[in-house]
This record gives sequence, C-alpha cells and structure tokens, in this order.
Amino acid sequence: MQNHFPLWKNSLVLIVFMIALIYALPNLYGEDPSVQVSSTRTEKMVQEKAIEIDSAIKAAGVAVKAFEFKDGRVLARLSNTDDQLKVADLLRDKMGNDYTVALNLAPTTPAWLQAIGADAMYLGLDLRGGVHFLLEVDMDAAVKQAEERYNDDIRLALRNEKIRYQSVAKDSGYIKVKLKAAEDKPAFLSLLGKDFRALDVTEPPAQDEVWLKITEHEEKEIKKFAVAQNMTTLRNRVNELGVAEPVIQQQGENRIVVQLPGVQDTTRAKEILGTTATLEYRLVDVEHDVQKAVDGHPPVGSRLYYDKEGQPILLNRQIIVTGDQIVDASSGMDQDGRAAVFISLNGVGAAKMGKLTQANIGKPMAVVFIEYKVETRMVNGEKVRHKEKVEKVISVATIQGVFSKRFQTTGLDSPQEARNLSLLLRAGALVAPVDIVEERTVGPSLGQENIGKGINSNVYGFIAVAFFMIIYYRLFGLFSIIALGINVLLLVAVLSLLQATLTLPGMAGIALTVGMAIDANVLINERIREELRLGMTPGAAIYTGYERAFATIVDSNTTTLIAGIALFTLGSGPIRGFALVLCIGILTSMFSAVMVSRALVNFAYGRQRKLDKLAI
Amino acid sequence: MELFKIKHDIPFMRYGRITTTISLLTFILAILALSLKGLNFGLDFTGGIQIEVGYNQPANIEAVRKVLEDQKISEFSVQNFGSVKEVLIRVPMKPETNDIQLSGVILAKLKEQDAGVVLRSVEFVGPQVGQELFESGGLALLLVAAGIMSYLAIRFEWRFALAGIIANMHDIVIILGMFAFFQWEFTLSVLAGVLAILGYSVNESVVVFDRIRENFHKMRKASIPEMIDNAITTTMSRTVITHFMTQMMVLAMFFFGGEALHNFALALTIGIVFGIYSSVLVASPIVLWLGVSRKDLMSVKKESAEIDNLP
Repeated sequence: MQNHFPLWKNSLVLIVFMIALIYALPNLYGEDPSVQVSSTRTEKMVQEKAIEIDSAIKAAGVAVKAFEFKDGRVLARLSNTDDQLKVADLLRDKMGNDYTVALNLAPTTPAWLQAIGADAMYLGLDLRGGVHFLLEVDMDAAVKQAEERYNDDIRLALRNEKIRYQSVAKDSGYIKVKLKAAEDKPAFLSLLGKDFRALDVTEPPAQDEVWLKITEHEEKEIKKFAVAQNMTTLRNRVNELGVAEPVIQQQGENRIVVQLPGVQDTTRAKEILGTTATLEYRLVDVEHDVQKAVDGHPPVGSRLYYDKEGQPILLNRQIIVTGDQIVDASSGMDQDGRAAVFISLNGVGAAKMGKLTQANIGKPMAVVFIEYKVETRMVNGEKVRHKEKVEKVISVATIQGVFSKRFQTTGLDSPQEARNLSLLLRAGALVAPVDIVEERTVGPSLGQENIGKGINSNVYGFIAVAFFMIIYYRLFGLFSIIALGINVLLLVAVLSLLQATLTLPGMAGIALTVGMAIDANVLINERIREELRLGMTPGAAIYTGYERAFATIVDSNTTTLIAGIALFTLGSGPIRGFALVLCIGILTSMFSAVMVSRALVNFAYGRQRKLDKLAI
Repeated sequence: MELFKIKHDIPFMRYGRITTTISLLTFILAILALSLKGLNFGLDFTGGIQIEVGYNQPANIEAVRKVLEDQKISEFSVQNFGSVKEVLIRVPMKPETNDIQLSGVILAKLKEQDAGVVLRSVEFVGPQVGQELFESGGLALLLVAAGIMSYLAIRFEWRFALAGIIANMHDIVIILGMFAFFQWEFTLSVLAGVLAILGYSVNESVVVFDRIRENFHKMRKASIPEMIDNAITTTMSRTVITHFMTQMMVLAMFFFGGEALHNFALALTIGIVFGIYSSVLVASPIVLWLGVSRKDLMSVKKESAEIDNLP
C-alpha cells in the first residue's frame, strides 16, 4: 500500500481546497461604481440627512442599485460610471462643505462571505485607475524651523531671566549667543541646563559667548515628528478632497506615499497635497515710515512686507493669531460678492483676537498669506531645488468692531483660491514643506484594459500549458493540470486573505508562477517514466518518482524563493507586488504539486490491487 | 507521448571546449554591446515625465508636438504607442521639467486642442527617486547572487555554487547585452524579470547537480565526465519540457499582456532560452574544470550524518 494516503492527508487536501475555494470566491464578484457621502465634522450624519440624499438622487432620475446608510456614511451603488459621476456632481453641489462626496468602487461580495472575512483582493491603481504620489518631506527645512524656534525661545528666556545679551544669531550651524558681560555666563549656562536640555553647549575662546547646537537625538526627534505631523495633515487633506479608501503610508525615513484611487483631477490633488499655505494675522505698524524700512532700516518691532500689488507695508512683529489656531474655515462670498474665507478660532486664538480688537478699534489689521514656493535653479551646472518662503499681505482692513471667534477674510484672487485656502486651513498646515518626487496616474480606461490583459495572459497561457501537459503526460498530465489549477486557487485565496494589492506586475507574477510551478510536476512525471523504464513496477515507480523528485523540487524552489525575497525587501511599489506573488506562489505550488497531485494519483491508482500500466 | 528517448548518454563534456568558447563569445559580445551602446534606461531610472493619451481617431502627432513646443520644452519625444490612436509623450528630466504641475499643463492644452483626448496614464519620476532605484536594483542583484551561492554551497559544495553562479551571471549579462544591443527600453519591470530569471535559471543547475550527486552514489565505476554526461542526458527531457511550459506562459504575456508586460516577457524569454544552454553547457563544464571529485560530495554527506547522530 505504498500509494495510499492516510485519511488525514486526504482530508487535509480536501479541507485546504474547500477553504481556498471560499476565500478566492469574492474575487469573482465585481464591484459597483458608487458614491460615498460622509460628514467632515466630528458629529456623524443623521438618518434624516441620508433620506434627503436618497430622495435627491431619485429626483434627478438616476436609478440606484442599492442605497446603504451605515456608521454615519451613505453609500449609493449605481449601475454605471456615468451615473456615478452625475450623482457625485449633484451631491457635491448640494451638500456643501460639511460633507465629503467621494467616488468609490464598492465590492459586491455577498454578506455571508464578508461575515467570515472573505474579501476580494484590493485592486492596485494600475488596475482601477487613480493617482499615486511619493512625497518627500524636506527635513532640512524642519530642522531649520526648529533652530529658528530655539533662537526666539532663547531670546525670550534671556529677557525673562534678566540676563543682558548683545546678540542671539544663527551662524554656520550654531545659535551664537553673545552676552553683554562675561560674568553673566554661569547664570546663562544654568538656564540652559534647566530649560534647554535639547541643545549642545560649546564654549568658544571668547569669554562672553556661548554657541549652541541642536543635539543629534533632538534632531532625530524633530525629523520623526515632522513626518508624523505631515502624515496627519495629509490624511486630513485627503479626507477633504473626498477620496474613498486612500492609502497614506510612510516609506523610508522621510517619504510618504499617498494613493488616491479613482482620482482623475490630479492638478487639484497636487495643489492640495503639496501646498504649505497658511495665514497669519498681524497689526499694521502705522507709526513708522515705510520708506525708511524699504531703504534698509526697519524699525525694531516691525517687519517689512509687500502686498499683492507689490506695495511695501510695515507690520508688527508680533503675530495675533496663526493658522494653527484656526479650528474651522469655509469659503463663500461676502456681501459685496468677493471671494471670502470664513474663519473660526479656538479658545486661545479667540481670546487673543478679542483682546486685541477691543484695544485697537479703528486701526488697520493685515492678513498675511504664507507659502513655500519651489524653484529650480542652475548652480555651477547642477540643478538645485530651492524653496522660498513667500509671504504676501493679501488684505488690510480697518478693525470696525470687537470680534473674536468668528470672522471673515477677503482679498483672495478667486473663489477657487478661497476654497483651497479654507480646505488647507481646516486640514492644518504641513510642519515641513514637501516635494512630490514621483507621480503615477492611471486613467480608468487603461485600468480596465490592464485587468483584461492580465487575465488574458493567464488564461491563454494556462490553456496552452494544459493542452500540452495532457497530450504529453496523458492522465498524469491531467492530474498535474488540476494540481496547477488548485495552485492558482490557493494563491488567489492567500492573497485575498492577506488583503494584498493586486497589480499588473502581480498578475504577471501569477502567470510566471504557473509557468514555474509546472516544473515540479514535470520533474515528478519524468522521474516516474524513468523508473518505469528501469523496470520498476508501476506502483513502485509512482512511489519512487515522488520520493526522489521531492528533494530536487525543494532545492530548485528555494533558489527562486531567495530571489523573490530579495526582490520583496529591496523593491518598491509594483515590484514588491510581483515579488509577493512569486514568493507565495512558490510555497503554494510545493503543496499542490506534491500533495494535491499525489492525492489524485493515489485516488486513481492506489486502490487497484494489480497495477499493470500507467497512463503516462 | 515522449519526445526524448535517448538510449545512450550524450557526451556533453567532450564538447566542453566548444560550448565554453561559444558562451565566452556571446558573453564578450554582450559586454561589448553594454559598454559601447549602454542600456536604454526607462523613465523609472532616468526620471522625467511620460504621458500617454488616447484619441477617438488616429492621433495628429504634429499637433501634439506643437503643444509641447509652445511650452518651451527643449527636449521631448512624441510617438504612437500600441495603436495609431494612442500617443506617448516623453520629456526627459531637465531643470525646467522638474515641475510637478507640467504634466497637468500639457494635458489641459491637449484638451483645448481636441476635447476628445483621454488621459491614459501620467508618470513623473523625480531625479532623486531614479538614482535610488538604480542602487537598490544593483543591491538586489548582489543579494540574490550571494543568497543563491550560499545555498548551493551549503546544499552541495563550493565548486557547484561557483559554477552555478557563473552560469547564471552569464545569462544575466546576455539579457542585458541584448537589451543594450537592440536598445530595448530597460524598465523597472525588466529588472524584476532579470532577478526572477536569476532565481529560476539556477533551478536548472540545481536539477543537474542533484543528478550528479545521485550518480556519485550510483555509478561507482564511471568516470566523472561520464557521470556528468549521464546526469545531463537523464534530466534533459525535464529541462526542455519545463522551459517550454514556462515559455508558453511568458509568450501569453508577450502577446496578450500589452505594452506594460512586453519587455518584461522579452527579458524572461532570453533568460529562459539561455538558461537551458548555460545551466547544462556552462555550469557543468565549470564544475568539471574546478576539479570536483567523488570524495568532495561524499564527505559532505558523511559530516552531516555525523552531526545528526550527536546526542
């Protein structure tokens, strides 16, 4: 009874097959083009609103396949993408700023499959269409900002502690503090030890000077914080853009991947993701002469700015409120039909604004728009990207009355600009500027085509292999092909269970895995033939064939696995998808080639008492 | 059906000199192509912008060219891609093109010109990304080679490891040489294909080596070249059939997978064809030449047996 599997082995093959079948099943169900509406506020959407949306869609005469309201989110499934776009446009107009309307592809997996955690593979952007961005956080800028902050803090601390100083300035990587008198130095050093642990202290030969530098540990923390903070901001911004199932992930030390499935308007997406725009409110300095400042002698407490027309204007150094104190912003028109941003401040900001406006009625206040602009210049024949902080006074208005929490700002160029600015203010500012270093956009038609191409390659290839295997190895060829089919099933099931992202390279990986996995069966079949030629009985030939081939199968698969793992660890994006499929495919193929095909062979031949001939 | 009914072992090792000469020649040619022509690196490595658009009617290439000229882009290429209705625009990385908004501007202008234009894909790769891909690609190649070598060294013996890796590096260089000679575009997916081939092609050598080892036990009276000849002859059927099967899947990708998988399949095809040749006719002569003997493999076996028996 060499060719007989114990019950547990047969059951194992059967159970694995059943489980694989169930978990691969969701991939057969398609996806519905749908529109998803959710609240941008903390409070969730209420039932009444959902009913309102439902009737609005029906009133527009669009047939809805299904309408779901769950967890404060509305999902309207539609029959085609034209309807989807129509409904999305309709709802975007109707719902206003408090709701995001996003296009989505909702899987049509039946509830019983979803209940056991069986979901379809997630389609990559090259298959469903959408845009992929790789953003690089400008770490130098983050560190520089921190230096500036320390610079100001030290000055403030010196003043508070009444230690007289001549200058505090950033110079060649150091914050150089020059005191008025050398005998104040111990007091300053103890202040540093108490409040500025994150700075390395160097004492240069000059007795009245102390040089400070951010410690390496602190620098690392600053960088980590910059990436984390930027990811939060980007997430908020993406939510504001209205994208269903966005992916926002850190990659490496200073990069962030943002994937927006279904997004077509990449220009706006790029504007929103990459911008560092924020606002500051300052009082206008009316006491000093602007011309003097333009000539290079600005007064101590003020700074020179330029407005949109390029006219110089002096503003107080002290900021009333900054963008971080804004809790909400929306765009619209003011009474005179100009584009405006309506702003709400948090408690601290509101109190400050209230106090200031009360004391300064009748005086002008300015709104400063701050943004980092990227320029590329040629320096010594090399491209150098240069980021410049652009500060522009967008409006100056006289304080008419006391206001604190809510107010409006005008002076923007267009309603579009007002809309973008309000979005950016709501989502928060990026703490460090980002560059988009990679973009990949795939249109929906190409995505659909790519799915077809991937499936065609697999299907036609498989048919050709099956045809040849059955002709060449007859019954054993059929067994091999069944095993190969189960291998694909297993592979798809594992990928679905892992919720891996399927891409076109991934589909190529499946095809290649099929092409390579057949090797194991060829090895076994050839071995069996050889043993038969050497005069073994059919039963013994099957047994020895499988036994002898096994070591070779393990050896040859291990080398491919090594290549797959290296690709997975070092590859990026699409290559990783290919490598993942390759690695999993090798593992599943070992099971299917050895266990599944053996079970089939045993089932066909193992029970025959007297075995004369094999169909091989 | 059976295609390979070979009665006597084919004396492959006797032709060792010829086969080594052939592979040495192709190898040198490949190196020449690589050094003289160089690889035609794709966007992934060079950085730049690549825009693919589709029209309802055969595209007017000249009109598209004009749009790019109006944007004051100094260097670009416009060509049909796949069909006459599809156009591929490439702009290499230049200071003025390192602008993430440029693709949007070009698309808007194309839309003005013909409202029926459909965006199929846009790719922008910044200069810093390309450089890194380059480095990680090279690193992956080294890592795979080192991993496979150490596996072969543990599983067989250092001579087999060395022979296996030389044979496969020979394949890789030939793939790269072909890509350089014909100036086919070398993209990220081609690199993935090359690395996959590195793993796959070693299979061949492994199968033959496995047989050689088996023969060391079985064919006690035969000489070493005879044993190697026997190993190659007996595994020949499997080698050809397996490669044929894999090649069928690759051909399916080549014909049905579209432009995206075209060069990937091409790299695999070259790898598969030369994989057969090199694993049989390059790796084995090297093993022989390195002077493998019965003792080498037997002692490995014995040592491991002893370790197993330790309490």
